Amino acid sequence: MRALTWHGRHDVRVDTVPDPEIVHPRDVIIKITSTAICGSDLHLFDGYIPTMRAGDILGHENMGEVVEVGAKSPLKKGQRVVIPFTVSCGSCYFCGKQQFSACDNSNPATTSDMSETLYGYPMGGALGYAHLTGGYAGGQAEYLRVPYSDVGPVVIPDGMPDDQVLFLSDILPTGWMAAENAEIEPGDTVAVWGCGPVGLFAIQSAFLMGAHRVIAIDHFPRRLELAKGLGAEILHFREVNVREALFEMTGGIGPDACIDCVGMEAHGLGIDNILDTVKAHTFLGTDRPAAFRQAILSCRKGGRVSVPGVYGGMMDKFPIGAFMEKGLTMKTGQTHVQKYTAELLRMIEEGKIDTTFLVSHHASLEDGPDMYRHWHDHQDTYTKIILKPGLEKGAVQTQQEKIHEPA
Amino acid sequence: MTGFLLSGDEDERGDTLQRTLIGAAAMAAAAGVALYFGRKRSETAGEPLLSDAPASTLRGSRKPDPALIGRTVTINRNAQELYDFWRKFENLSQFMDNVRAVETLDNSRSRWTIAAPAGTEIEFVSRITEDQPGRVIAWESEEGATIRNAGRVEFIDAAPGRGTMVRATITYDPPAGTVGRAIAKVLQREPNVQARRDLRRFKQLMETGEVTSSASPSGRRSEEPTKQYL
Ligand SMILES: [Zn+2]
Ligand SMILES: [Zn+2]
Repeated sequence: MRALTWHGRHDVRVDTVPDPEIVHPRDVIIKITSTAICGSDLHLFDGYIPTMRAGDILGHENMGEVVEVGAKSPLKKGQRVVIPFTVSCGSCYFCGKQQFSACDNSNPATTSDMSETLYGYPMGGALGYAHLTGGYAGGQAEYLRVPYSDVGPVVIPDGMPDDQVLFLSDILPTGWMAAENAEIEPGDTVAVWGCGPVGLFAIQSAFLMGAHRVIAIDHFPRRLELAKGLGAEILHFREVNVREALFEMTGGIGPDACIDCVGMEAHGLGIDNILDTVKAHTFLGTDRPAAFRQAILSCRKGGRVSVPGVYGGMMDKFPIGAFMEKGLTMKTGQTHVQKYTAELLRMIEEGKIDTTFLVSHHASLEDGPDMYRHWHDHQDTYTKIILKPGLEKGAVQTQQEKIHEPA
Repeated sequence: MTGFLLSGDEDERGDTLQRTLIGAAAMAAAAGVALYFGRKRSETAGEPLLSDAPASTLRGSRKPDPALIGRTVTINRNAQELYDFWRKFENLSQFMDNVRAVETLDNSRSRWTIAAPAGTEIEFVSRITEDQPGRVIAWESEEGATIRNAGRVEFIDAAPGRGTMVRATITYDPPAGTVGRAIAKVLQREPNVQARRDLRRFKQLMETGEVTSSASPSGRRSEEPTKQYL
C-alpha cells in the first residue's frame, strides 16, 4: 500500500510499504477514507518527539471502512468507523476508570520501557506517534490495523459525511476535555491560548458548558477570525500585552479558567521563549512554554489551568510561586478519547457542534509531503488538512469558502 | 542436561549475542532460591530494617547482591486465578520472552528450555520449593544447572477491587568459565529489564487475553506487518 512515512526532521515521504495484517483476534483492518494532519504531527515533523524511527507511518486522526475482521471483533465488514488515536485495552484499571489514554496494556512491553525510563511510568499506546507510545503504524496510508476494535472504534451512522465525524478521533474530544478540565461554571470568563483546531474546539466546548465569555489568543489572523466566528473575543499577542489585556478585560480579576492549547512549540515574544528556543535547538531543554507560563500568571486567584497542549520534556522557570500563592488548580493529560465519543457524536448529529468550519484543505495521500510543508509554513491559511487516499495526486481542494457564519 | 545445546539454528531475529544472553539468563531465573534468600537474610541479621519495602529496593550498604532482582506489577484479576495460570509452568512461555518451553515432569519438577546465544538453547530441571495455593510459588534449579537460578512469585491482594500485586523475585548464580563470565557480566545489568517486560506481558495476557503487539507495516524493508519490532 501507499503510506506517508517519516524519515527525519522535515522529511516526510510517500512510500510503498506492506499492507497491515490482523495480528490478534480483536483486530480489524480498515481502508482509510479520511485522515487528518494534526498540530501534534508538527512536533514529529520538527523532530521534537524522541523515538521516531525512519520509516514510521504517520497519522493518528483516522477513519475508514472495515475491510477485514478478526474472529473476536464485534465490527462487521463495510461499517464506517472513526478510530480514537488512543489505543486502549478496555480491561485494565485505568480503562475501567475511563482514563483511556492511561491504559496500562496498550503499549507493548518492549516499547513501554522507554517511557518508563523517561517519565517513571509506562505511557499508554497511541497510533502513529513514535515508539514511546508503542510504535503503532499510523493511518496516513491506504490501510490501518486497529487493535482492540471492541473498545475504540466509533461506528458512524449512514449519511454523515467524513468531515463531520473525523475529528472524533482526536481534536474534538481533546478540545472538549480541555474545557471539561477547566471546570467551567456559568458566568465564567475563559481564556484560550492557541486557535488551532484544538483551541477552536475548546472555545466551542467552553460556550456549550456555560462560559459567559471566551477570550482567544493567537497571532494568525485567519485563526483569530475563526475564533471570533465562534463568538470569542480575540487577542493578537503581537499587538497587545496579553496579561495586561486579560486583566483589564476581566475588570482587574483575571480569567476564571485558562486553557493552554499550544504546547511545546509555542510562538512568543518573551525573552524566556527565545532562551527556550535556543535550548530546544541545542537539546538543553525541550519545551518552549511561553503560553503555559502566561496562562498561570494571568489566571485569577483560585482559578483553573487546563493543559491539553502537548509537552514532552523538562521546563525551565515554571512559575511555581504564582501557581501556589494564587491557589490554582491544574489539570492536563492526553485525551481519554473513548470516554467522550458517544456523547460528542450525538451532539454533532443534533447540530450542537460544528466540526467542519475549520477544514481548509482536502488533498490526496500523494500530496501529503507538500501538505506537511504547508501545515508547517502557512498556518494562517492551512487551518486543517484532511488527506483522502481516494483522491488523485494534485487534486487539492480548498474549502476557504466554507467560512463559519457567526450565529 | 546442564550445558548449552548447540542446535545450530540461526537466530531468526538477528539478536545480538548480548541480547540473547540477557534474555536467556534472566528468563532462566524467572523469580528466588530458598537457600539463596536464606543466606542473604542471615548476612544482614542483627541490623533491623525500618522500611516496609521489598529487599530489591534497598540501597547503599543495604543493597543486596546485584543477582537479586525484584519487580511488582498490579493485575486486575484475583490472586487464585493468577496463581493457577502461573502454576501451570507450561504457560510461562506465553509471556516470558526467552522461555521456549517448560515441560512438567512430576508434581514438583519441570524441565525448562531457554533461548541462549547464537540460536542455541539451555535446558535445566527446576524443582518447586514452596507452594501455597493462591499465594506463593517458589522454585529452584536442580544441581548442575548451567545457570543456577531460583524464582519466587507472590500473589498479594491489592486494595479491595484493585486486583492483585504480583511480585516476582529472581536470583541466579552464573556458571563458571568464559561463557559463565559473559553471562554474569550481562546479568548484572539487564535482567531487571527482562523481568519487568515479562511481568508486563503476564499482565497483558491476564487482563486482555493477548500479549500486546504493535506489529504493523513500516517503510523499513526488513520488517513484516505481523511481527513485533522495537
Ligand atoms: Zn491529533
Ligand atoms: Zn487499558
